[in-house]
Amino acid sequence: MGSRFLWDVTKKVFTGGLIGLTISDRYGSFEAVRGLSMHPTLNPSPNTFLGLLTDDRVLVTKFCLEKYKFAHGDIVVFRSPSNYKEKEVKRIIGLPGDLINMPNAYDTLMIPEGHCWVEGDNSSSSLDSRSFGPRTCTMPSYVKKSFKSCTSMVIS
Amino acid sequence: MVLVRNLQQWKSLAKEAVDQTMLVAKFFCLLHVTDKYVISSILVQGPSMYPTLNHTGDVILVEKISTKLGKVGPGDIVIVRAPDNPRKTITKRVLGMEGDCVSFLVDPAHSECTKSIVVPKGHVWVQGDNVYASVDSRYFGPVPYALVQGKVMCRSTRFPLLDLTLFSAGCADLILVVATECTTARIFI
Repeated sequence: MGSRFLWDVTKKVFTGGLIGLTISDRYGSFEAVRGLSMHPTLNPSPNTFLGLLTDDRVLVTKFCLEKYKFAHGDIVVFRSPSNYKEKEVKRIIGLPGDLINMPNAYDTLMIPEGHCWVEGDNSSSSLDSRSFGPRTCTMPSYVKKSFKSCTSMVIS
Repeated sequence: MVLVRNLQQWKSLAKEAVDQTMLVAKFFCLLHVTDKYVISSILVQGPSMYPTLNHTGDVILVEKISTKLGKVGPGDIVIVRAPDNPRKTITKRVLGMEGDCVSFLVDPAHSECTKSIVVPKGHVWVQGDNVYASVDSRYFGPVPYALVQGKVMCRSTRFPLLDLTLFSAGCADLILVVATECTTARIFI
């Protein structure tokens, strides 16, 4: 009797996991945002001690991944190019073919195909900008894994 | 009375339909998860991996677990989402991990000029086996590890998984061969 019950529970958990994974891969999922790089938009209260409680949760929709259609101003979630285990939340500033002024030089850069330029809303004091340089906008010049998933809705 | 009996019939029918639909949905979920996280098969095309994989008609089995665990090393054949077009995936061989110094021929068909580069953090250097017809890291630079989708386990040249060629995990000897070839080539030059 006990083993039967255990088997039933395992089966339910397994199918639930399968369905959950599929939905989160194809349609959308909730993710918690940590850090202040998108400060006025996400995480408006700069309280770092109660981070887990006050963090914003965002709904990440993945329908746009079918055709990779993005627009200027979309907030996107993507894997960090320097560490594949981390995800980052930023806003798209430039799409392929746009010209972008380099932040520290009098130079413009044309964004190549398949890439886009992302910046955090909080260009001064954020953990990201301190690790990547004075302004959040520059990842190693542009972000490659940016076409990962895009948020169209923000739930605070 | 007849109405109640009819209703019960309809109810059981609807229940069965829902059950069947759920079964199909579960099957597709299982398919998706297996394809995305465990193993998937891909038909490869193009000349860029020529001696290892043919131009057309090769089916490769790709396992996705070791990329998630970060166990991809030099010599492994991987599939990578193309950095210049996210809708395309390409099959290449990893030649250098982050921090490695990679030297490569810039234009092997026309000149012997080589270039060296240190692969930045979180990136890998991928190159096709057929250096003359391959668009790879020599063209678009090192690729972020997050774009690596899976490691190629084996390939088959005939359809129902016949004529299997296993690509062993320890491809270091192959790298050694390539390296010695490079050095001999350089000696000839």
